[in-house]
Amino acid sequence: MRKKLLEIKGLKTTFFTDNGQIPAVDDIDFSVHEGEILGIVGESGSGKSVTSLSIMGLIPSPPGKITGGEILLDGKNLAQCTDKQMQKIRGKDIAMIFQEPMTSLNPLFTIGDQLKEAILIHNPKWSKKEAYARAVEIMKLVGLPRAEELLKDYPHQLSGGMRQRVMIAMALVCDPQVLIADEPTTALDVTIQAQILQLMKDLNKRLNTAVLLITHDLGVVAETCERVIVMYAGQIVEEAPIKEIFTNPKHPYTQGLIQSVPDMRYKKDNLYSIPGSVPKPGSIQVGCRFAARCEYAMERCLQETPPLFEAAEHHKSRCFLLEKQGVEQRVESVIKG
Amino acid sequence: MSKALLKVDGLKKYFPIRKGVLNTHAGDVKAVDDVSFEVFEGETLGIVGESGCGKSTTGRLLMRLLEPTEGKIEFSGKVISELSNNEMRKARRDIQMIFQDPYASLNPRHNIGKILEEPLIVHGIGNAKERKQKVLELLEIVGLNEYHIKRYPHQFSGGQRQRIGIARALMTNPRLIIADEPVSALDVSIQAQVLNLLQKLQKDLKLTYIFISHDLGVVRHISNRVGVMYLGKLVELTASEDLYAEPLHPYTQALLSSVPVPDPMFEREQIIISGDIPSASNPPSGCTFHTRCPYKKEQCSQVVPKMQEVKPGHYVACHLYEALQH
Repeated sequence: MRKKLLEIKGLKTTFFTDNGQIPAVDDIDFSVHEGEILGIVGESGSGKSVTSLSIMGLIPSPPGKITGGEILLDGKNLAQCTDKQMQKIRGKDIAMIFQEPMTSLNPLFTIGDQLKEAILIHNPKWSKKEAYARAVEIMKLVGLPRAEELLKDYPHQLSGGMRQRVMIAMALVCDPQVLIADEPTTALDVTIQAQILQLMKDLNKRLNTAVLLITHDLGVVAETCERVIVMYAGQIVEEAPIKEIFTNPKHPYTQGLIQSVPDMRYKKDNLYSIPGSVPKPGSIQVGCRFAARCEYAMERCLQETPPLFEAAEHHKSRCFLLEKQGVEQRVESVIKG
Repeated sequence: MSKALLKVDGLKKYFPIRKGVLNTHAGDVKAVDDVSFEVFEGETLGIVGESGCGKSTTGRLLMRLLEPTEGKIEFSGKVISELSNNEMRKARRDIQMIFQDPYASLNPRHNIGKILEEPLIVHGIGNAKERKQKVLELLEIVGLNEYHIKRYPHQFSGGQRQRIGIARALMTNPRLIIADEPVSALDVSIQAQVLNLLQKLQKDLKLTYIFISHDLGVVRHISNRVGVMYLGKLVELTASEDLYAEPLHPYTQALLSSVPVPDPMFEREQIIISGDIPSASNPPSGCTFHTRCPYKKEQCSQVVPKMQEVKPGHYVACHLYEALQH
């Protein structure tokens, strides 16, 4: 197993609103390993974006706050860092790219100014010339043609795909260990999405940067990630290697989600659909959060919150259906061990 | 084959670009450029394409929410592109539209009962009691309840709002529904519910759909035939199984191979085309796709390829297939 780069332990992020406390992310544990691409999938309101913002220390406060848990990067707890300390880490050790590149770039400055700013903040001793050279180098790395000319352009002069490449360039300019990509291709057309995903896979291989890819699109996950985490209503409901999750999903929600996606390759007569809708964050206090929409729900699911059960090696699922199976497997491994 | 309900011939929409103090005409954005197709009774015709290809503009032109620059639209034997505004309003009883963002298309100050009743009032259908009855009937059909009638749009979830949008479109018993990205704003699990509802309604009420979307998986699922648009032009049109099994136009091939497939075991040779979509205000000469096409020939940058039937029912606009014709 590869080394753990980033470790999230019992992370809890709560929003304090007039309508009470809303736990958007409720006690999640996972790690990002060296050089891997880890996917987080979930629908809107599942807490996937809040997770990434918590890691980056970008939760707007008030109303939001990390109320528990640890975010460990190289043994340092990011959840405890001050804003000043975070500024040094952000962009250097962990970088992030967002869904809409236009809103993440400053419209009043050229691409070159913005790239150089990022470089100089983290390398204060560099000269402007060195920073410029690095900017050109990184622009070429992300496959932008005519790098020197593009650096003089303003964000609005670039197309959506090029802007996202610039964002990736900016994120990678200080060689971060972890890159968080929050829906990086959602705003892009499919042909451009294919280009960007290809680029991210290439860079991951060449630079060995670990990527945490957050998306709602199961297709994107299947094509890019090695492991995947499925989130629902602020919790992790399943975690597994990519092949495992698509061939042998254990949680009823994951199963439903995979079956609801229309597949381009063949026509299904009737699309499976999960009844009901995603619960409002914080509305379910006891029991399994998926129970109301689950066709296998038992009495017990409404009263107790299921823990994550081990379904197979590296495969966990938050469902009581696995309890018995999990016990059997544990016994098996004891016998083997 | 059933008969054509809608015939579109040479449809064009140019938006003028005006420049300078004198507001002189400096050019056109060719949003829809010479598009022709037919929609048969009871079928679903999917229209796919990337942003800026003119698929939504086409939808709006068919409803005459935008005035076509040129071209003929014939609906059930009547040329609707020549109707006066007044006559067109009446004709819209048979053609209704479902929009992408169900929040933006519902009046936030009206309750659901009022929103649903309005089309009936506009078209002068029934008396108050009959109208109320019809509202209740449709709420039930789309899976909502009587007690929803007094609620306002913000009190519903995205999926429920889209159901209201669908109910409103159905109020006047239309024959043709133009659905413009009806499930794009919805989460996957809700998207499946709405798609199933649309299919059920089509069967029960014998509706004809034009389904506009950028999502090729969704279009494949719901459509009988699919048209692919690129930069204001229809480049390929055929039965949906054909299109996905054997795409002929190089753009369709690239588009299909760009779509991520939710199956990690699936292996394929991906065609990733380079570059961006050119601007519609200054489209490339000849075939508009030639700037990105891997099979480009000399002729492609000069001559606009015509739509031709290469196989029964399979139309494609590409010079590669002209040789096959003669």
